[in-house]
Amino acid sequence: MSNPKTNTQAEPQSFKKWIGTRKVQRRLVIFTFMFVPLFLLLMFTYIPFAKMVQFSFYNMKYIGARTFVGLKNYVEIFQRKEIFGSLLVSLYYMAGGAVQLALALFFATMMVFKVKGESFFKATLFFPYLICGIAIGFIFKFFYARGFVLDTILQAFGMDLENIPLWLQDKSINNISLAATSVWRYTGQNVVLFLGAMMSVDTDLYEAASLDGANRWQQFRYIILPSIKSIIVLNLILCVSGCLSAFEPPYVITNGNMGTGTYFVIMNRIAHQNQRVGLACAMAIVLLFLIIVCTVGQKLFFKYAFNDGNSDESKAAVRKRKQAEKAKKQAAKKGGSV
Amino acid sequence: MKKVKGTGIASILFSILKYVSLIAASLVALIPVCVCVLTAFKTNEEYAATKVLDLPASFGYIENFKIAMEKANMLRCFGNTAIVLVVVLTVSVFTGSMLAYVLNRFRFPGRGMIENLFLFASLLPGIAMQVTIFQIMYSLGLINHLYGYMIVLMGTDIISIYIFLQFFENLPVSLDESAIMDGCTYFGVFFKILFPLLKPAIMTSLVLKGVSVYNEYYSSNLYLQLPELKTISTALYTFTGPYGNQYNYICAGVLITIIPILVFFLVFQKQVYSGMASGAVKG
Repeated sequence: MSNPKTNTQAEPQSFKKWIGTRKVQRRLVIFTFMFVPLFLLLMFTYIPFAKMVQFSFYNMKYIGARTFVGLKNYVEIFQRKEIFGSLLVSLYYMAGGAVQLALALFFATMMVFKVKGESFFKATLFFPYLICGIAIGFIFKFFYARGFVLDTILQAFGMDLENIPLWLQDKSINNISLAATSVWRYTGQNVVLFLGAMMSVDTDLYEAASLDGANRWQQFRYIILPSIKSIIVLNLILCVSGCLSAFEPPYVITNGNMGTGTYFVIMNRIAHQNQRVGLACAMAIVLLFLIIVCTVGQKLFFKYAFNDGNSDESKAAVRKRKQAEKAKKQAAKKGGSV
Repeated sequence: MKKVKGTGIASILFSILKYVSLIAASLVALIPVCVCVLTAFKTNEEYAATKVLDLPASFGYIENFKIAMEKANMLRCFGNTAIVLVVVLTVSVFTGSMLAYVLNRFRFPGRGMIENLFLFASLLPGIAMQVTIFQIMYSLGLINHLYGYMIVLMGTDIISIYIFLQFFENLPVSLDESAIMDGCTYFGVFFKILFPLLKPAIMTSLVLKGVSVYNEYYSSNLYLQLPELKTISTALYTFTGPYGNQYNYICAGVLITIIPILVFFLVFQKQVYSGMASGAVKG
């Protein structure tokens, strides 16, 4: 009985001291600063994730009874043609992603060799990235519609309207049209990324190389490319998960009809229109699995294929740099003696 | 010292290739948007009669913009978007930087695990997660409330945490130490010493997060279904139904949503580029 009393008496004086000690303060900071983000992370990432795993074994709607069905949902994913087909549709977006990276690399390289109006070109290429996906959808719905923008341009170049395919309806080409909108949207952003990485290379290197008689291609191959290798690898990884989760172009432009439904478009339909929550959750888990496999696979691939995709300079680049430095010194010597 | 340049013809050819390719790319980037601009200024009769690439009779015809604004209630939606932007950006700057401070400066049990939890969260595909997040939001009664939507946006914010974590790596610990020697508390160290130094990282996260919130469609569509709560991207999407092929209205709507972000881009170009560069190193 007496103990708590003395405690409460002692507290007012020592509380300030107690709160002032480093150790307590440290804990207080750790706790208060982490509370909100961790709470949100739990609430909107890990609890939903756990529920996703759980729901994937049930046949259920958002409201109402649920029945346990085991692996049935997973089996259904592989039996439904539309779902498997949507994964094949992603291949178009991946091909688009490869084109996009190649184009971005090309334009960034062009810009790194002094260009007049560089900031104009950079801004023009980049701006589509900032436009919202819905607006891009409308822009291209208009662009591809029969007899509208693209058709008019092609006719101006002398093509016959009858020979021009229906960009969004023709099943042999509509996925290419849609993937092209992604290329249009993201190429400029990649250019900015690559250009940023290229600019961080010591400019002496270019001078040294051109003194050395290296042509543009050699400069690209031995100086620029190694310096941005890690950012290319990173973009490839982001690109694959981005392509698997492509959503907005088909959603707005074709509503996923005529065989243009990507995985998310189909999943969105199953989850929110058909209300087959269990099946949608199973689809999400499968997609997550695919993304993880691709990410890890790519990382490993680049580790073995290119020695180390994460280091900014490959061994070849180091060698080349040393050579270039040597050449520069020699050139300086010559210049001095003349 | 003479600068050695490539042989004459090769370098001329290279210059031609350079400019031709860049101009072609710029045209490809610009034409779809420019056609939209042309179309947005056409009257209904003009729209029906002229070809899409023809210039409108007058760039003073702004009736389409008025109709688009009115029909989609865009003013209201801009207001909603603005509220969401201000709240979400402010909160995520604070939560992100505070978390990064703790994770970077303190060693405590479970720290590595927390970092990994955030890392793994960035792999989870956003739209897929919404199936179960929707269920949680539904049971919490957060659907059709602006604050519910804001909470979702804050909760799925991984990128700004990365940016701050990276930035803290390069802030010397000696700063903290000397402040503590002077009798500063840990709270004081963060708010008085470190937070002001975070300015570049704050800019970066504001730019990246700002653009993504302004353009966000999927969650807004799910959680804000009442017409008066719509944000700008969901408002734009309402043009799919009633206007079908009336592209002069649709293009006006598209331009209305693009203009604010264009202005933002022109003003903060430098910050946008550097934001892109540092935001990309995630992973």
